[in-house]
Amino acid sequence: MKTLALFVVLLAGAMLVYAGQDLPPFGDSTTDMYQNRVTQRYIAGTEVESGVPNMVTALLANYRGYDTLGETTVIFTAGVAVMLLLRRRET
Amino acid sequence: MSRIQESVIVRTIVRIMVPFIELFALYVIMHGSGGPGGGFQGGVIFGAAIILYAMIYGIAKGKERMPDTLDKILASTGLTIYAGTGLLCLFFGGKFLQYGMVPLLPDDPAEVSALLIDAVEIGIGITVSAVMISLFFDVSPPESEEEELPAELPISTYREA
Repeated sequence: MKTLALFVVLLAGAMLVYAGQDLPPFGDSTTDMYQNRVTQRYIAGTEVESGVPNMVTALLANYRGYDTLGETTVIFTAGVAVMLLLRRRET
Repeated sequence: MSRIQESVIVRTIVRIMVPFIELFALYVIMHGSGGPGGGFQGGVIFGAAIILYAMIYGIAKGKERMPDTLDKILASTGLTIYAGTGLLCLFFGGKFLQYGMVPLLPDDPAEVSALLIDAVEIGIGITVSAVMISLFFDVSPPESEEEELPAELPISTYREA
């Protein structure tokens, strides 16, 4: 069983390394995703519209703020659900 | 009480480390707009500090520091801060979460937006840390049973005990 698990882990790792060969070089500005109009729009707009230097935060909290609100709600709901299911009642 | 909880070295180190972990968590939350970091990561680190304390000093002492009531209040407060920021923008005539519309600094919507992003990150951090702590307390056994029950007892028996 342990050998099988090790084999599966190694196989998954090898697949990841193999797929990693196709990634563009770090910081390459000629790729399609960098040249995409949406990407360019965010790069140009982050500093002017959000006022924060960190582009990830600008996307997370400003452009995709509604999505992040949903994420926080999911975490809150999960916490409340675990509280209801697992908390022992004081007897 | 297990042997590791009685160790003077562990107890002292934890007592020294906890405030620094909490400080680092606050730094990560406030640093979210300027570099790597943010509410989710900082909240988890803050939760981990309290969890570490509760693991070494015992669940009862941890609950003394972080009562269930306070935990519930904090979890919902964070979400309220986030949603309230969104509603604030609605109130001043913008769209939901359109930070620039809040007339905090009238001539600079980008600066207002940066401030409100920080507020939102703080809200996320409060919720995430409170939920982390409450998850830990939910799955931890009560202090009394933790001490007197032998280790080889199956879980089902000690649930009913």
